[in-house]
Amino acid sequence: MKWGVVTFPGSNDDADVVYALTTVLGDDARQLWHKDRDLQRVDCVVLPGGFSYGDYLRCGAMAKFSPIMTSVREHAERGGLVLGICNGFQILCEAGLLPGALIRNRSLLFVCETVRTRVETTATPFTSTFGPGEILRLPIKHGEGCYVADAETIRRLEDEQRVVLRYVDAEGRATPDANPNGSLNNIAGIVGPGRNVFGLMPHPEHAVERLLGGDDGLRFFAAASGRHARQRPLSVAPGP
Amino acid sequence: MQGVPDFQGMPGAPSGGPSAPAVTPRLAAEHGLTPEEYSRILDLLGRTPTYEELGVFSVMWSEHCSYKSSRLLLKSLPTSGPAVLQGPGENAGVIDVGDGIAVALKIESHNHPSFIEPYQGAATGVGGILRDIFAMGARPIASLNSLRFGSADHPRTRYLLKGVVAGIGGYGNCVGVPTVGGDLYFAPGYDGNILVNVFTVGVLPHDRIFRGYAAGPGNPIMYVGAKTGRDGIHGASLLASAEFDATSEQKRPAVQVGDPFTEKLLIEACLELMAGDALAGVQDMGAAGLTSSSVEMAGRAGTGVELDLSAVPLREAGMTPYDVLLSESQERMLFVVKSGREEEVAAHCRRWDLDVAIIGRVTDDATFRARWQGREVVAIPVRGLADPPAYRRPAAEPQRSAADTIVLPALGRAQDHADALERLLASPNLCSREWVWRQFDQLVGSNTVVRPGADAAVIRLKGTRRALALTVDCNSRYCALDPYLGTVIAVAEAARNLVASGARPVAVSDCLNFGNPERPEIMWQFHQAIAGLRDACVALETPVVSGNVSFYNETEGRAIPPTPTIAMVGLLDDVGSHMTPWFRTEGDMVVLLGYTREELDGSEYLAVIHGAVGGTPPWIDLDAERRLHALCLVACREGLLRSAHDIAEGGLAVALAECCIGGPELLGVQLAADGGIAPAAFLFAESQSRMIVSVRRRALSRLKDLAGAESVPLSVLGEVRGQRLVIGDLVDADLARLRTAWQNGLPQRLAVGAGSE
Repeated sequence: MKWGVVTFPGSNDDADVVYALTTVLGDDARQLWHKDRDLQRVDCVVLPGGFSYGDYLRCGAMAKFSPIMTSVREHAERGGLVLGICNGFQILCEAGLLPGALIRNRSLLFVCETVRTRVETTATPFTSTFGPGEILRLPIKHGEGCYVADAETIRRLEDEQRVVLRYVDAEGRATPDANPNGSLNNIAGIVGPGRNVFGLMPHPEHAVERLLGGDDGLRFFAAASGRHARQRPLSVAPGP
Repeated sequence: MQGVPDFQGMPGAPSGGPSAPAVTPRLAAEHGLTPEEYSRILDLLGRTPTYEELGVFSVMWSEHCSYKSSRLLLKSLPTSGPAVLQGPGENAGVIDVGDGIAVALKIESHNHPSFIEPYQGAATGVGGILRDIFAMGARPIASLNSLRFGSADHPRTRYLLKGVVAGIGGYGNCVGVPTVGGDLYFAPGYDGNILVNVFTVGVLPHDRIFRGYAAGPGNPIMYVGAKTGRDGIHGASLLASAEFDATSEQKRPAVQVGDPFTEKLLIEACLELMAGDALAGVQDMGAAGLTSSSVEMAGRAGTGVELDLSAVPLREAGMTPYDVLLSESQERMLFVVKSGREEEVAAHCRRWDLDVAIIGRVTDDATFRARWQGREVVAIPVRGLADPPAYRRPAAEPQRSAADTIVLPALGRAQDHADALERLLASPNLCSREWVWRQFDQLVGSNTVVRPGADAAVIRLKGTRRALALTVDCNSRYCALDPYLGTVIAVAEAARNLVASGARPVAVSDCLNFGNPERPEIMWQFHQAIAGLRDACVALETPVVSGNVSFYNETEGRAIPPTPTIAMVGLLDDVGSHMTPWFRTEGDMVVLLGYTREELDGSEYLAVIHGAVGGTPPWIDLDAERRLHALCLVACREGLLRSAHDIAEGGLAVALAECCIGGPELLGVQLAADGGIAPAAFLFAESQSRMIVSVRRRALSRLKDLAGAESVPLSVLGEVRGQRLVIGDLVDADLARLRTAWQNGLPQRLAVGAGSE
């Protein structure tokens, strides 16, 4: 499986995604420059987290004009895999590859914490190896992660089982208290109509090693890659 | 891109730029120069300076840039050691951590701008320290911050706290450097002057340290980054080098405005260039902008520079040469480029859409020259600028008034210690700081092993098994009571925090925040703090490799408490052996290492519960401290310790509570009290050189042997059990209730909201 991780001006987690894919998962991953058109025949394109273009105008608004996005759109239309993480999710919504929008957190504050999310559908390339309803611990770190869309869009997402992840509490309930940013229906991640374009606010690339707090995120990459998720020896649990 | 015309041998003296006012002694005074300093300038030049030259001297000789009040004293600090690759004098200090890796470290202040404009003041403070790190060729990998605000009830505190935290997050998150720790205190002494100190570390190959050197006469000087505007002019001389008074709000235009997006592009472009060999020297433009960076580079190399100010990319029309020289516009770097490599450098910068221009040349005449539209406006011998006045200001110990001696309330009576504990945990200086660090990206870079909330942050070094531990510390109440002891304790506590994480302390960067050095009692505090810093760093073998001095932190004659903030880096050889403070399993034994005295002076207990502040700080014995560290590191290496937590403000009871409630699960303890010491002292004394550790029962005997070998007192308090915090018959508290009080401390007291939906 070949991965391409796009670096926009202001992308921050691009290197972390590459690290997770290569050093931890053992796949082939390379960085793609935003000004290029060539996707180098990768199987999955990742739009990583960060503050592309400094969040100028709106988060992700400028990135959609990058030359690489034309190729990403064509790749998606051909059924290629696209993964948008945090700012990447925002870019996919701005580019119309996913419905809805991400707006300012209801608290108006940037929030960085580990949250619980429930896997709502295993019928996507990224979640095929999870158990239905499985609860994962994943980090979020964003100021504009509140997912909104009109009522018709939300209804269609739910009916078509295109909500992939939902914020839940320790008992697995999608309550307001479990919702870190105000997203409608506690939506944390969705797929497009073809189920090949996946956008999520949590950061799976920051949950690939137990040493750093947990490895629930590794399985998203492993599932898409068709690999058995394994960890490198360096990732050891702490303490005696 | 056009080159710079060759202007050797300009006849005659420089003259002021268009519409420059005439230079008089009065104008010099308005620039913050004393009559003696002005007279020294006349001697140095042999003529009246131009207006632009006056501006140059005023910033280069300001306290902030020249360190004229502190330079001589700082020479007494220990700055070298086996791991030190670069000591003070460059943009940052650098230490060797093995495996071919070096770590750059520095702490800096941005106090005055943050008081005037908290968001931008704090944001640009972050930006400035980041540039100091990547100017050395290091990728910044973690930041911490040390914050001091006025009383929690002061009307301005909430506004300042929210602005500063938002500014640090806004800049640090966007630029992609994780903020992984810090400290935060509220005290009335900071009502009129807050402190914002930012500490950053970066990694680089140990044999590729870049220095701010204007080497190679004839080499072009290139400017990279944001365009230059009028922001921040005289930020260094008028804002950072003077007290606040009623007119301080008017200094708002002197606060710089930051653009973290441009800084992020600058980091990537610079690190790409530094991986090659086109650059001969790198310097960031910080306080006093283009002027100080050019002069410092020339001063270090013993060369001269000549600049064409008209070639500088400008943001506004109508700027004068004076503006260009003194602007503190952010996100700008200066490169000395090897002749012939200009286009290569420019191509890298254009790839990242950064402005780049050749603005001058290194010369061999040891003179700082600047020209505007063909006319020379500055010609100053570099030696005069780079060797500013150094003062031995008078120091005098203040009289201690009767009010300073504390009269201890009768503590023999039985008191509700559980209630006191809960009130302490909810108090502004001891409650959870989660509201603050939730606003920071702690994770970017995939290196954060221990996040904020523990004794120190732990950051792994990719490609190795090693990790860094990072902390910032200073108890300024102790420093106000006794600046020497308070500073010794600050260093000891920083080291203890690193040791609690399993790291061996390696090096210090200090940020010395004081009042007006022209007042003898402030200068006395400074002398005492330097002596304390020196003695502690020698005893604990942690040289000072970089640092910052911030004077004039006072308003209308009222100075802040002396606040020598200590930033310290430690090293773990095996990241897998790192420790956290929190108890882990029922049945583990809870052990107290160290000795508790009946001393409550300067404690949070006395301040919060009895409203009393005074006396002398807790006793500190650096040899006992050193032996405690040695014991803990050996025990950690042998895998004996399940957890380790430094005992500091709030004493034993607060530390125990933190071990029970601060981690992922609530774990209670059943402990005995020490009957040989007054209960309030046992629970709340802030005796130094102590640690709470938990061990498996079977490891206890070995730990006792090791403690005996280091002569560290050890007492087994009890074990981890249940869901309550029980200490003899002194305390029996419900953990969930303690945690609620602790977590709600900041949101409730400062009405800042819980920060989540």
